[in-house]
Amino acid sequence: MSTRQMELEVMRYDPEQDKAPYFQKYSVPCEDDWAILDAINYVKENIDTTLAYRWSCHMMVCGSCGMMVNGEPSLTCKTFIRDLPDRVRIEPLENFPIERDLVVVLDDVMEKLRMAKPFIIRKDDPPPEDREYTQSRANLYKFKQYTMCINCMCCYAACPQYALDKSFIGPAVLALAHRYNIDSRDQGKSERLNILADHDGVWECSFVGACSEVCPKSVDPAAAVQQMKIDGAKEWWKQKLGGGKS
Amino acid sequence: MSRQPYIRPVSKTTWYMRNGRYRKYMLREVTCLLVGVYCFLTIWVLAILASGSQEHWNAFLVSQQSPSVVAFHAIALIYFLVYQTFDWFKLAPKAMPVQLGEKKMPDRFIVIAHYAAWAVISLFVFWLAGVI
Amino acid sequence: MAIAKKAFVWGLFAAGGTLTAFVFPVLIALFLLVALGKVPEGLQFENIHAFATSWVGKTGLFIVISLSLWHAAHRLRVVFHDFGVRMDNLVANAVYLVALIGTVMTAFYLYKI
Repeated sequence: MSTRQMELEVMRYDPEQDKAPYFQKYSVPCEDDWAILDAINYVKENIDTTLAYRWSCHMMVCGSCGMMVNGEPSLTCKTFIRDLPDRVRIEPLENFPIERDLVVVLDDVMEKLRMAKPFIIRKDDPPPEDREYTQSRANLYKFKQYTMCINCMCCYAACPQYALDKSFIGPAVLALAHRYNIDSRDQGKSERLNILADHDGVWECSFVGACSEVCPKSVDPAAAVQQMKIDGAKEWWKQKLGGGKS
Repeated sequence: MSRQPYIRPVSKTTWYMRNGRYRKYMLREVTCLLVGVYCFLTIWVLAILASGSQEHWNAFLVSQQSPSVVAFHAIALIYFLVYQTFDWFKLAPKAMPVQLGEKKMPDRFIVIAHYAAWAVISLFVFWLAGVI
Repeated sequence: MAIAKKAFVWGLFAAGGTLTAFVFPVLIALFLLVALGKVPEGLQFENIHAFATSWVGKTGLFIVISLSLWHAAHRLRVVFHDFGVRMDNLVANAVYLVALIGTVMTAFYLYKI
């Protein structure tokens, strides 16, 4: 197998020393079948042990190695060097504060995840003990793609509306909420819409569509948000015509 | 170890220059100005018709016949087709997915249906206006 | 928390956007034909006046113009935001007011025809 010399320009930031981030260059002999994550691991192991970044599974499951690769939000374990030029710029995910080097602070999204109530809500308590809530294949296929999200947060890094206004709930969380809204076992749709179709919710999205384009798991958050807008508009009329309650 | 997360600045006025995806989006969004222009142009037409005067109408038709007006409409037509009509049709299946039994209807069928409906509507209006 | 009022204007925006996508190309094409001096039969005074006098014509024109105006107004509100103008309440009031004025003008002229 042949190797290729690549120039990695990696954003560095040490909160204890640096006022602002800067780029550091590393020359890395890359194997043909490497992903960018392999090149970063090579730097860590052979060139600079101080480089901080997150990764775990190296197989597109854990969602922790999301970074900007040449300006594009990418999962570095599935971004291959054969698809990239000799110079590659690696930055921490956009729109998030930088903790150190390539590590970002995700607290904001974790807070928002809670707001979306991403679990099945039932009104008929207590849940039946002798049977489970059944699910048809047709309904499963309707929402299945949204369950593929691994919370890598590439969609947040791609979303300009989140960049401009951090109070916007944002793509992945809204997509996950929609996944439960269209689950036939769930009864919490209007409860969620009251939160997610409020001021900081779906209406802040202007359908740029970047979230869906960068998603490494082919989830379509942009579609989910548009469908939630339609649901929100219907729910608004329902509440107006139904005397304020749904 | 002290935490001091660094927040990268984002320009509120020029953020869309960062990539082609954003620029394309902005080009789509400003089609609203064209919609506004043609709405008020049509309202102007209605105002002339409301006056009930054939001379006013004929004078209006003549006043519109200039190369610059031709250029404006021609550019507006192309711009509108590319950034509003085609874009709207392309994105329609996202907002309104159709489920056929267990499978989702392929997006392209929904897009094709939109183009077909568009052709029918356009031909109908042209027929109504006596163009064809 | 509750559904924001934006739900209502967004509904108008989406309906109007769909209408403009389908109808505006042919509308612009008609203006283009007029500008080229090739005024079609249907745009001669008696014909277009008769069309705008009929209930079908009035209803169609009103729906297309008013919804398109609200579509444009709502999108313009977002455009202001995207270009960095952060007085959303002022912008929203201004653009919706223009849409409202246009809607009233449309209704008024159609009533008078």
